[in-house]
Amino acid sequence: MNNKLYGNLIFELSHPGRRGYSLPKNTFGHHEIPSNIKRSTDAALPECDEMTVVRHYTNHSENNFGVDNGFYPLGSCTMKYNPIINEEVAAMPSFSNIHPLQPEHTVQGALEAEYNLQRALSALTGLADFTLNPYAGAHGELTGLMIIRSYHQSRGDEKRKKVIVPDSAHGTNPASAAVCGLEIVEVKSTSEGLVDVEDLKPLLGDDIAGMMMTNPNTLGLFETDIPEIAKLVHECGGLMYYDGANLNPLLGVARPGDMGFDVMHINLHKTFSTPHGGGGPGSGPVGVREDLVRFLPKPHVVKTSEGFTTEKGCETEYNVESSHVSTFLGNFLVSLRAYVYILTLGKENIKMVGPLATLNANYVKECLKDVYELPIDVLCKHEFVFDGLKDKSTGITTMDVAKRLLDYGYHAPTIYFPLLFHEAMMIEPTENESKETIDSFISIMRTIAQEAHDTPEIVKDAPRTTPIGRVDDVLAAKHPVVTYRQMLQEAQ
Amino acid sequence: MAKVIEGLYYSESHEYVRVEGEVAYIGITDYAQHALGNVVYVDMPDADDEFEQEEGFGAVESVKAASDLNSPVSIKVLEVNEALEDEPELLNKDAFENWIIKVELTDKSQLDKLMDAKAYEAFCAQ
Repeated sequence: MNNKLYGNLIFELSHPGRRGYSLPKNTFGHHEIPSNIKRSTDAALPECDEMTVVRHYTNHSENNFGVDNGFYPLGSCTMKYNPIINEEVAAMPSFSNIHPLQPEHTVQGALEAEYNLQRALSALTGLADFTLNPYAGAHGELTGLMIIRSYHQSRGDEKRKKVIVPDSAHGTNPASAAVCGLEIVEVKSTSEGLVDVEDLKPLLGDDIAGMMMTNPNTLGLFETDIPEIAKLVHECGGLMYYDGANLNPLLGVARPGDMGFDVMHINLHKTFSTPHGGGGPGSGPVGVREDLVRFLPKPHVVKTSEGFTTEKGCETEYNVESSHVSTFLGNFLVSLRAYVYILTLGKENIKMVGPLATLNANYVKECLKDVYELPIDVLCKHEFVFDGLKDKSTGITTMDVAKRLLDYGYHAPTIYFPLLFHEAMMIEPTENESKETIDSFISIMRTIAQEAHDTPEIVKDAPRTTPIGRVDDVLAAKHPVVTYRQMLQEAQ
Repeated sequence: MAKVIEGLYYSESHEYVRVEGEVAYIGITDYAQHALGNVVYVDMPDADDEFEQEEGFGAVESVKAASDLNSPVSIKVLEVNEALEDEPELLNKDAFENWIIKVELTDKSQLDKLMDAKAYEAFCAQ
């Protein structure tokens, strides 16, 4: 249901004087707000009764699409299902009602859960220790790079200012490096879609702080030259950073720490089933090898003979730039959900996550590669990339296919990324989906390919069944109207 | 099919150089504007800025992606195409007609390392 009236902006539903509450007459007196801090005009707030507000937001929420609505094959995002048990535990008052400044002896259970998650992530990745403090993946990247820089600075090695990033990398890699004040050097991919070791060699030197890699990479391909790349980077004095965005297919099967990576982040909201989309909030724990543990941000949960406690920044010998990245212990309730997920699956079942995610992705790929262009036809991991429709004569673009999928009740895949192909369409089904769901997606993708040939106008005009049809991307980028006031001015 | 013009110099990152006497014009190729899709913003340098060969002098942003502009040769910027500030879509209309920067070449011999129209056409077909 989408009621047109309540679908208007809340400002458009406003009537002067309407209120959602009524207060009893004040018999206690009040303090006047000093005139120098009192605003001279009323705030332009919408005035609505409670029922209008509830209907307005309920109608809007029904326009949303999430994993709980249907299949969501958004590549590189690992939109896996968020089990209800995660929510039940996170909602327990003993976790949700505690305060980060409570005496530590009153929150031993919460600290133990944090500590155990740190240990579990270490066991799954082969790294010595983790911080749970960063709030999201990109924040984890920044934290990891700050750790790398702190490491070089602690050795008095100030000239390492460059970070090597593959041309297939997530956009956040160069962005995080730039925010960290490092210079980005791009390394090219081979025609097989893997990092070109020969292109890498001349880039190495005593100015390299480290190299960032995603494995499997953004094409969903397993980087096979990691041992050699790690050796080369280490020989020149740099550190290896693992972007954990694509950790899902390796979960319980292979460990970045064993491959020669020194620092990594994990997106708990991808691999460990915590809420994703709609604002998350996310969580981007960072793990490091043994000799880098001292650079992990504080506070950091540790186990002592008297119980669990947190190391504070001011108490440690190293006062480095990576020592503080968040208030308290990051998004604690998100960490807790990830811990519940790990415990729910257990040591044996968690080994099935990667293989099942890989099987699902390969199944979709094989079932569609006769109608969609598969530029690199090899076994993929958890995701793969098509380069648009196979039949290029129809004029139907990846954008059109993505929009048409909305008409059929599916979330679109990631499109126009990675940039290595012009019509990229990146599909990641995750391990959760049943064969029936995947088969019906395949059948719809084939239907769209057929429509592109038979009735291209239907695909060009899609979506037709959504509350808003095809939006004007160019106008939205060039001339965004994002406030009600601006909208009124435009209308005049 | 993307248009390629004879007499220009082309780089692997899809910029062209059109030399006219002592000055030259640099922009993106028709192939590049096709690949980028609708261009919504062009980030340009200032006049008198100098750039080494292969150094980034700006960026082109489309609804799909943002791409760096790399200088095919070492240059000193004489003028930027101010029309692109308000109408970046001019690059989609005619990428060769709407140059991005007018420059002075600081080392003309670098032109020899760039591709001619035929070589660039073959490069794009790969």
